[in-house]
Amino acid sequence: MLSAILTLAILAGIFGLLLGFAAIKFKVEGDPLVDNIDKLLPQTQCGQCGFPGCRPYATAIASDEADINLCPPGGDTTIIALADLLGREAKALDSEKNAAPPEPMIALIDENSCIGCTLCIQACPVDAIIGAAKQMHSVFDKECTGCELCLPPCPVDCISMVAIEQNITTWKWPDPAKRITESVS
Amino acid sequence: MSPLWSFPGGIHPPMHKEESTRSPIVKLPLPERLILPLHQHIGAPSTPDVNLGDQVLKGQRIAHADGYVSVALHAPTSGTITDIGEYPIPHPSGLSDLCIILSPDGQEKWISRETKDDYLFMDASHLRNRVRDAGIVGLGGAGFPAFIKLNPGPRNVIETLIINGIECEPYISCDDMLMRERTANIVSGVKIIAHAVQARQSIIAIEDNKPEAYQAMLEATANEPDLSVVQCPTIYPQGSEKQLIYVVTGKEVPSDGLPLNVGVVVHNVGTAAAIYSAIAKAEPLISRIVTVTGDAIRKPQNLEVLIGTPIRSLLDFCDAQTQIDQLIMGGPMMGFTIHTPLASVLKTTNCILATTYNSLPEKNMEMPCIRCGACADACPIKLLPQQLYWYARAKDFEKIQDYNLFDCIECGCCAYVCPSNIPLVHYYRYAKTEIWSKEREQQKADIARQRHDFRAERLAKEKAEKAARHKRKRNELKEKSDPSKKETLIKNGAKSKKKAAILEAMERVQAKKEAHKTEPKNTVNLTEEQQRKIDQINKKRETRKNNED
Amino acid sequence: MLTPKHSSPYKYASNSVTSVMMWVVLALLPVIGVQTYIFGWGVVVNVLFTVAVALGVEGLMLAMRKRPIFPFLSDGSVVITAILLGLALPPLAPWWLMVVGISFAVIFAKHLYGGLGYNPFNPAMVAYAMLLVSFPLEMTMWFPPHELNNNPLNLIETITVIFTGQLPGQLSLDSLSMATPLDSLKTELGLDKSISQITTGNPLFGWFGGAGWEWVSFAALAGGCGLIYKKIISWHIPIAVIGSITLLSGVFYLIDAEQYASPLFHIFSGATLLGAFFIATDPVTASTTPVGRLIYGAGIGLLTYVIRTWGGYPDAIAFAVLLMNISAPTIDYYTRPRIFGYGDKK
Repeated sequence: MLSAILTLAILAGIFGLLLGFAAIKFKVEGDPLVDNIDKLLPQTQCGQCGFPGCRPYATAIASDEADINLCPPGGDTTIIALADLLGREAKALDSEKNAAPPEPMIALIDENSCIGCTLCIQACPVDAIIGAAKQMHSVFDKECTGCELCLPPCPVDCISMVAIEQNITTWKWPDPAKRITESVS
Repeated sequence: MSPLWSFPGGIHPPMHKEESTRSPIVKLPLPERLILPLHQHIGAPSTPDVNLGDQVLKGQRIAHADGYVSVALHAPTSGTITDIGEYPIPHPSGLSDLCIILSPDGQEKWISRETKDDYLFMDASHLRNRVRDAGIVGLGGAGFPAFIKLNPGPRNVIETLIINGIECEPYISCDDMLMRERTANIVSGVKIIAHAVQARQSIIAIEDNKPEAYQAMLEATANEPDLSVVQCPTIYPQGSEKQLIYVVTGKEVPSDGLPLNVGVVVHNVGTAAAIYSAIAKAEPLISRIVTVTGDAIRKPQNLEVLIGTPIRSLLDFCDAQTQIDQLIMGGPMMGFTIHTPLASVLKTTNCILATTYNSLPEKNMEMPCIRCGACADACPIKLLPQQLYWYARAKDFEKIQDYNLFDCIECGCCAYVCPSNIPLVHYYRYAKTEIWSKEREQQKADIARQRHDFRAERLAKEKAEKAARHKRKRNELKEKSDPSKKETLIKNGAKSKKKAAILEAMERVQAKKEAHKTEPKNTVNLTEEQQRKIDQINKKRETRKNNED
Repeated sequence: MLTPKHSSPYKYASNSVTSVMMWVVLALLPVIGVQTYIFGWGVVVNVLFTVAVALGVEGLMLAMRKRPIFPFLSDGSVVITAILLGLALPPLAPWWLMVVGISFAVIFAKHLYGGLGYNPFNPAMVAYAMLLVSFPLEMTMWFPPHELNNNPLNLIETITVIFTGQLPGQLSLDSLSMATPLDSLKTELGLDKSISQITTGNPLFGWFGGAGWEWVSFAALAGGCGLIYKKIISWHIPIAVIGSITLLSGVFYLIDAEQYASPLFHIFSGATLLGAFFIATDPVTASTTPVGRLIYGAGIGLLTYVIRTWGGYPDAIAFAVLLMNISAPTIDYYTRPRIFGYGDKK
């Protein structure tokens, strides 16, 4: 009886020490969950989730204040990745949201109609529009995330979304598996 | 000669090389226009040096290297630059890219050149620069800028220089014909390369299905003690760099390493000949040998073609049938479909293969993988193609890298032997481009995040500054409206307070001036005349000031 | 934008799933022939009947799954499943047993997993195990080889028995049937007899294996060697199966020759060689790496011997194969070959 208690006590002690040691040794700084969620988000900073940017949304997901299916640009891929990360059930994109266009888009300013009001510059979440007051603006296409936040403020409707053109460095081989399903059906 | 080794896997497809080796190399007549894509090789495309309407001479540089992994591009003949714009290029995507269009004037007028015979005494770095300026890339097919492989770096000792005359891919015979007909150029080129990399020995490797080429090279190197020729048993893909190194030296190039790491440099026979022309004759790379063959070609042969020649011209010259089911650049194992014969010959174009479905039939229906393992047995890298296929299909791009997707050389052996007709290599290419695209997206997302964070920070700062300003103003207003302080304020007067501050500042400036006793420097040691002029001006100023007052 | 129809290579060797499967069928013909000669017309009727039913069920399943019927039906994989099951069933097994068996193999063991290439278990063995567990009586109604059979049935009589259960004359199934050598060895060893006591003078036992079974095994060996020669199967799995059985039974034979049968007996009785060359080598369900195949084969040999000697079933190939099928993916994962250019790291 006594030896059993003793053994168990010693065991508990050892495991306790081990756990304590592990907690110190493998301590993670900060809140990695928010960072990890943020990594999975597409960083368009479009705010369609209802939060002012990707990181606030990530914080909201981490603290269980937001669902994982609110990101239209990320689409199913992001939802599945988030579900995997958080061990939750993947679900369809929130029905109130419009799914993102199938191919990535960027904003293009019609430079003839632009009046130089700077409203789009203020709206751009990633500072991808350059220009000054009463000067024509233009989109820095490498930085544009396609968030569409510049469209509503434009008083002359001179911004349009265009698909990113493929070139030989961004071209991708088509999915060979798709051909099979086509030939089968 | 040291014994040869054999790499794992490999296949023995029917070679079909005899068709195009019956007649000697013929020079293709000047085409009507040349389309010169700026993206000719691995690495960064070159940047144009010429403008629309410029007259250029044969061999004149028309685009310069952009960055380290890049080489120049030269005018293949004399003529006029008629356009610089997007034209279809030979690429599996069928997309267009930036090209320089040259209309030949038919004069073939060379830019001035100076020939050199003392190349074996030239400094290695000088040789490298000349090779780079001559726009030479590996002519075996991959198109890696050749000068980089002439630079072993200070710490690497090159034990063996291997000259690749294997040409293991079916149908292609341009290296074979080059070795038969331009043996001396190749040997001189090999000597230049050996000199540049300080190789202890040079070995020219030729497959045993090219006895004429072997014989020719053997005779040409009879008096060269450091240069030997070896005949390798035919097996595909022996011409692949890492496989060839293993066959010749028994050394395995590490997966993430270069041949340099095992003391080996490999150059193609065509590259050797081009290096000879560049160094000895100062001729940049403006033409190459191209095999035109396939069962849709009535006169299969090897042509010497200017870079930029439209493929249409080659087909016409070799009397192609109108019925071409597949037009392939490169061989049947690793080549790619060209979408239009308007695209042109690149520096890396070794073969134009025009076939009908009689000789290269359309693929049968893809069946499920039965995991027979034939692909794994054929893989020269010892990958597990069936697992790669599985993960590519499942779009599990992490797991597929775990199974070493990026060690795949896309030789096509696995797809060749697959009983289920699975286009395995297509799956790997798909997975690779998907992974690259994901990496690009990730990079873009990271930049977007940074920019967003930066903007958020800036906005917060602006807001804070604004708030601080408001607060100060409010405080001032408060002070003004405070009745207890009103009297003193009136007494001194807000205005007088300000004025006092200004006066104080001016005094400080004056004091400073006094202390330094500064005078404009150019007012000392003046000539009389200058002094007079200055006095005059000063007087004028004085009077004007007085008038104004 | 134009997309390539397919990427290189544009040239292929002329092999196909159908040709692979047809070679296997061809290599099975000697086995079918010899087994028919020794055990009567029932064998060939079994095989033909199961093949016919299998093709029908396969076609039905393909139609229901909306897959192209002809290309998949002509791949021949279902024929091999049917032949293997036909050979494994007792020669006078009733028709409904075969229908149940082969339908189970095709529907449950193959198509419910996604059809050809996706089934984790060998369908023929799944069906065999299912039948053995569900219908032990019918499944053990084996017959003595022809030299011992006093009442050989002709083709018509055989067909009548299989499809109606009506036996000619005064015969009954019980009077016709006889235990298999493995079976009787096991039973009698259980009665504390020594091996020499059991085998001496017993016509069920041949020179070194089971009478008649020796010849079937030779046929399987011949067919299997043909397949290895044609490079349809690799040598790894059969050699590993035979090797591990030989080694294990050899060790126990040397310890006590009166309690443990000789290696030769184990190899030339029952379905050892058929299993080693034709069942264990089913590519879909086996290991695919060279080292993995050796481990996989050795595992089958080991399990077969263990189950035969200490387990409840006298012939254990089916269970051994099924158990190793489960392990194949894991074995594959841990036996990935060293990739060219990785030194000894991987």
